Amino acid sequence: MFLSELLASAIRMSIPILLAALGAVYSERGGVVNIGLEGMMITGSFWGAVGSYYYGPFGGMILAIVAACLMALIHAIVAVTFRVDQIVSGVALNILAYGAARFASIALFQKATMSPHVDGFTPWNIPLLDQITFLKPLVTNLSPIIILAFLLVPLTHWVIQRTVFGLRLRSVGENPLAADTLGIKVYPLRYSGVLISGVLAGLAGAYLAVEHTGMYVEGMTQGKGYIALAAMIFGNWSPVGAMGAALLFGFAESLSFRVVEGGAIPYQFIKMIPYVLTLVVLAGVLRRTTPPAADGIPYERGGE
Amino acid sequence: MDNPKMEVSIVQLRGITKRFPGLVANDSINLEVTRGEIHAIVGENGAGKSTLMKILTGLYQPDGGEIYLNGTRVEISGPRQAIGLGIGMVHQHFMLIPRFTVLENIILGSEPARRGVLKDKEARGLVEELCRRYDFKLESQVRVWDLSVGQQQRVEILKVLYRGAEILILDEPTAVLAPQEVRELFVNLRNLKGQGKTIIFISHKLDEVLEIADRISVLRRGRMVGTVMAKETDKRQLSEMMVGRPVFLKTEKSQPRVGEERLKVKDLTVLGNLGRPAVRQVNLTILAGEIYGIAGIEGNGQSELIEALMGLRKILSGQVLIKGQLTSDKSVQEIRALGVGYVPEDRHRRGLILPMMVWENAVLGLHRLRDFSRPTGLNFKNIFAHTNRLVREFDIRLGSVDLPVRNLSGGNQQKVILAREMSRDPGLIIASQPTRGLDIGATEFVHQQLIKAREQGRAVLVVSADLEEVLSLSDRVGVIYNGEIVAEFRPEEVTPEEIGHYMLGTKSLLREGVGA
Ligand SMILES: Nc1ncnc2c1ncn2[C@@H]1O[C@H](COP(=O)(O)OP(=O)(O)OP(=O)(O)O)[C@@H](O)[C@H]1O
Ligand SMILES: [Mg+2]
Repeated sequence: MFLSELLASAIRMSIPILLAALGAVYSERGGVVNIGLEGMMITGSFWGAVGSYYYGPFGGMILAIVAACLMALIHAIVAVTFRVDQIVSGVALNILAYGAARFASIALFQKATMSPHVDGFTPWNIPLLDQITFLKPLVTNLSPIIILAFLLVPLTHWVIQRTVFGLRLRSVGENPLAADTLGIKVYPLRYSGVLISGVLAGLAGAYLAVEHTGMYVEGMTQGKGYIALAAMIFGNWSPVGAMGAALLFGFAESLSFRVVEGGAIPYQFIKMIPYVLTLVVLAGVLRRTTPPAADGIPYERGGE
Repeated sequence: MDNPKMEVSIVQLRGITKRFPGLVANDSINLEVTRGEIHAIVGENGAGKSTLMKILTGLYQPDGGEIYLNGTRVEISGPRQAIGLGIGMVHQHFMLIPRFTVLENIILGSEPARRGVLKDKEARGLVEELCRRYDFKLESQVRVWDLSVGQQQRVEILKVLYRGAEILILDEPTAVLAPQEVRELFVNLRNLKGQGKTIIFISHKLDEVLEIADRISVLRRGRMVGTVMAKETDKRQLSEMMVGRPVFLKTEKSQPRVGEERLKVKDLTVLGNLGRPAVRQVNLTILAGEIYGIAGIEGNGQSELIEALMGLRKILSGQVLIKGQLTSDKSVQEIRALGVGYVPEDRHRRGLILPMMVWENAVLGLHRLRDFSRPTGLNFKNIFAHTNRLVREFDIRLGSVDLPVRNLSGGNQQKVILAREMSRDPGLIIASQPTRGLDIGATEFVHQQLIKAREQGRAVLVVSADLEEVLSLSDRVGVIYNGEIVAEFRPEEVTPEEIGHYMLGTKSLLREGVGA
């Protein structure tokens, strides 16, 4: 029972990481490093709560996606069109998102740091499976976003590998010059990669606020955007790999909660587990992974 | 001109002009290409060949002049439109995506698809049909990073054929190929010509041009010198047209006067990128005052060997001694400080920093020397004086030394490296593919420099895929195959054909322990 509960909580913890990591797959396969995921997630969590507060959970998701997409659009304009260093642009975005959420929160809720309680979707149970005692925590009380996130994994794989869009997106992430000479429009593709990552990061933030916590709290993303980026790298830029890594990080986080409840070690150390794990994993794994060849490199047409 | 009125000119260029800051790369060029011919374009480095072809494929817009296709005037705004008009280019530097499969590389940009979903089977069918029709041997599911250079080139050619090109432009296609691969390419090109395709072929190797082309156009410093029939001309005439003065085609050298050991390699084994030994038990000795050449088809361990000598790659077992000193515990800088001049095979990745200025590249790695630095920074006066001297001595053609080295033509980039490395008074020169992509004038120049170095008592190690070059330069030649030196000769003892057998691994003399 303990195990399946632990797993159930791990899955819930991993969802925001998974969604954002899938977004990063689109962005980075197209050649744009998106360290601004964190900012997009912050934006998503705040506007998700706002939308949900006024129009219900569905409205929350929509508003979160729109807001995070605006952030992504800024990143695309700055990093793709104006070829500013992608890391700088992303970091700037994270700072902007933090300030903007705080500002809007004061304006809307008269409180800088949190929103009122908001309602989420009606949770789902998976029929038949929920009759099995052992599986019960895993298959009951599920947010539809959880199911959506897992469905997005094979979908992303399919889109990246088997569609014209995916092939071209990968080509501008590997060798934009070659793609350009074949008449492929590099900028629109890179924009779409970044925008899709905005959609998914926004959704990740909204899930966190609306589905997971039931309210917006300042700083609630706790660096999950960065962890998502690490998960995507750990997963070697593939959606399935990213899912594995997200589950691992989610597991580490839920484990840290359990251990805190135990109380033997100061909880600050326990809370570090996911972040330390991120560092260890990246240090150990980075050398063996192979990013898209043109990842992080702005593209400029030669000649004129 | 010399184009019979009866034949249709498939391509006609009239007065094409292209200016870059500080120079005119194409100066009112006229050119006619006849349907179904192989038309070669030759000229020195920086003559404007690639620029002209980039105009024809829409990568550059001309500042003046007109382009006619089959008699109709066209504006070519970009590569996509060029291919729509039936013009396809195989670039000097391949435009392939190594991680993609052959199939993905070929279909990219015009994929068979229904509603955005790739139709894999249909794509594979189309590509396999192409391979059959033109007799190309390729597997469509292999990743490009697993292919040899010659195979990659075939993928490039298939790419443009797949897009329905009628006119194929090949920019220095043979520069990277082994002799056997060149022959295969020529078979392919003749096949294509037989099926009515028109081919524009750029090369510095005049023997090849004379062999494959029907007509040859010569460019010199941005101007069209003229077009001649391949059958009615020879190497001497062509090179004179290119350079504007008689060229010595034979490298003259005196008997070697050898001195002490400068480089000794003992039982050297080095791992390649895939973790398997790329260099196996190699033994070499090079003396002061001699040129040692390593012949071999690319990818047989040459690169790894040189990297190990320079300290860029870890030695698994064995020893390297430069001027009698073990190099295993030395850094690259310390090895260079022993007096090693290094001309790397990949000038873009190793030899130069492309976005940096010519003068910066001219003192790269030397910037710490007393002459070029001050306690507060660089000594610009000396650096510029030094750079200008090198530019003069090595006849580097450029608009200004204060331009990114990226803007120089390939030959001139190579001269910058050579000039820098020779200016250090090296006791040992390691030169990898020193004349790849260079015109005959520049090649002659590089050869003379290497021979001069030898005469001055330096030891020279030359690695080249160009067998003729190795044979004409070297005092001794080692053939490398699959990481082993399989044979060693004096050039006068062997024929190129025989060496070719060793290069392909169909023959092997020495399996272990190579004597000098
Ligand atoms: N984008 C550019 N900007 C400035 N100058 C350029 C540019 N491209 C080419 N040039 C200059 O134009 C001239 C012609 O270059 P081009 O590449 O056409 O020569 P090439 O005949 O192909 O030489 P090579 O045999 O070395 O390939 C050279 O002097 C080169 O430095
Ligand atoms: Mg060229």
